[in-house]
Amino acid sequence: MSDNDNGRRGFLATGATMAAGLGFVAIAPGIRLIEIAQARPAGEAASSAVRWGMLIDTTKCASGCDACVSACASENGIVEQVEDPAQRSHWIRKIDLKDKQSGREHSLPMMCQHCAEPPCVDVCPTGASMKRADGIVLVDRHICIGCRYCMMACPYKARSFVHEPLTEQNPEVPRGVGCVEACTLCVHRVDRGQLPACVEACPEGALLFGDLGDPNSEISRRIAQEATTQVRADLQLNPGVRYQGI
Amino acid sequence: MTTTFLSYRASTPRFWLIAAIGALVSAVGFGAALYMEHHGHVVTGMNNQVVWGIPHVFAIFLIIAASGVLNVASIGSVFGKAAYKKRAPLSGLLSIAMLAGGLFVLMLDLGRADRVMIAATYYNFTSVFAWNVFLYSGMFGIVAVYLWVLMEKRMYAFVKPVGIAAFVWRLILTTGTGSIFGFLVARQAYQSAVLAPMFIIMSFAWGLAVFMVVQRTMYDWNAMTLHPAVRRRMKHLLGVFVAAVFYFVLVYHLTNLYFAKETGFERFILVDGGIFPLLFWGGWFLLGTVLPLALIYLPALAFRGSVLTASLLVIFGAFCQLYVFIIGGEAYPMDIFPGMQASSSFFDGQVATYAPSLPEFLLGIGGLGVAFMITLIGIRVLKFLPEDDLTQLEAAAD
Repeated sequence: MSDNDNGRRGFLATGATMAAGLGFVAIAPGIRLIEIAQARPAGEAASSAVRWGMLIDTTKCASGCDACVSACASENGIVEQVEDPAQRSHWIRKIDLKDKQSGREHSLPMMCQHCAEPPCVDVCPTGASMKRADGIVLVDRHICIGCRYCMMACPYKARSFVHEPLTEQNPEVPRGVGCVEACTLCVHRVDRGQLPACVEACPEGALLFGDLGDPNSEISRRIAQEATTQVRADLQLNPGVRYQGI
Repeated sequence: MTTTFLSYRASTPRFWLIAAIGALVSAVGFGAALYMEHHGHVVTGMNNQVVWGIPHVFAIFLIIAASGVLNVASIGSVFGKAAYKKRAPLSGLLSIAMLAGGLFVLMLDLGRADRVMIAATYYNFTSVFAWNVFLYSGMFGIVAVYLWVLMEKRMYAFVKPVGIAAFVWRLILTTGTGSIFGFLVARQAYQSAVLAPMFIIMSFAWGLAVFMVVQRTMYDWNAMTLHPAVRRRMKHLLGVFVAAVFYFVLVYHLTNLYFAKETGFERFILVDGGIFPLLFWGGWFLLGTVLPLALIYLPALAFRGSVLTASLLVIFGAFCQLYVFIIGGEAYPMDIFPGMQASSSFFDGQVATYAPSLPEFLLGIGGLGVAFMITLIGIRVLKFLPEDDLTQLEAAAD
């Protein structure tokens, strides 16, 4: 191999690294070049080449903080105050955990885990519960009959049933009484190339959103290099949300 | 007494009074569903943890018993027992009536009951619910044909093949109903292969108990008495079914108790879960199993109406068992993080509370009303009263 070849390869490698680095540079708060490149034009189907996922570092997640929960509620218009707290919708919630043996305590956000093998999709009689090609698990509000079988099947208690008629909804996030709903991974934002509201709101940067299908994405690299946990890994559902520090 | 229909031709006011009560109960159930539909499920006690409540207890009882009540016809048509052949039409009618009552409750409890056409036209074939839509509608069709070949003399040659088809279909149907729970991996109470056969044997016991109650009532109204040989045979069959349910419930709980991960759930259901151990031991075990078995098998306890009492107790026990199974199974917190103690604003790690509200109770009772009305109209207009051939019975007894 000649010195000339080495020089050309080195130049290409440096150039590629610089381009990738530029991609991650924020050009405005909340908007990055790399994300603009990933925004999906209207009318184009979601691609199975992408698998959206999230990595949550629980060591950075403070027990009393619920910035992700508040951001989710305001982004998705979950503003109703149902009298019975057990009947309220929870798309994302903070769970405080204490190890029964060691007493170690920590806190984490829990939401739809966007499984590759979602039990909710398996059990839905009409096909309203569905998984998009890019791995986001959603409920089609037009054909959900409100049977709640998906809520029986979800091992993460991630789904809620809307118990009351709703007003003041966010037009981008349709919700409705009598239907089941859950975290959409802020699909309306992701399709525009933005981050989910919870990821953006976390003051500690504990939530990392990205493409699990791209081996070079930051989330894929970290999952490849660091110890991560799938909640209820025994069920082999291959969730799109992974945790660190559990 | 030669009347083959209910003898309300002679006592019309009583018939209309009973029909009016049945219609009122059904209408109140429908009204309760409209109220729930208008206000949303906020007016029920169901919530985001106990997502299926008392309406499902009623609906699942009716659907399971609808399958089991057809056992009476199967014993006649498939297994050739003469005493049961006379009872086959009533068995078929009760099956259709209870299936309709159960589906009435199930469909009207949906969050979007107005989308019944979507439920009927969109199918996801990996869903046990979707299979059940076919199994339930197929059951109506098969039992309707079965009734036709049973009651139309020219078609009687087809009773056996149609009876076998109905027998197989309802075994599959109850397997499907059991599998609604058996295929759920999320909650500790379910995900067990034993649930499908357990539901089948529950259907045998509950269906036969319902049949005995209806048969006794019809005989009383017609001033008739059930032949002792038939009564003895049917009550012993009920005893065998009740004992078999006990066996399956025992196996289900023993299996759970053996697994360390399930002992918390078993402790909750059997010991310290409040209403659930009470209903399990007091309702299902004592009143719904031990007492009926004693009434059936201990001659010292026999009295006029002891078989009727045993049947009613089996039905009461069935409701207790379903309440513990469905509501208790949901109320126990899901173990999302094994080995950890969890707490959250969404009640993680906590036992869920559930207090059924009046509308959901009325909806469930409305399902019973619908089943009652279909039965009442059926026995009023067609020949469903089981009339035994006494000479044949006495010859068999000799």
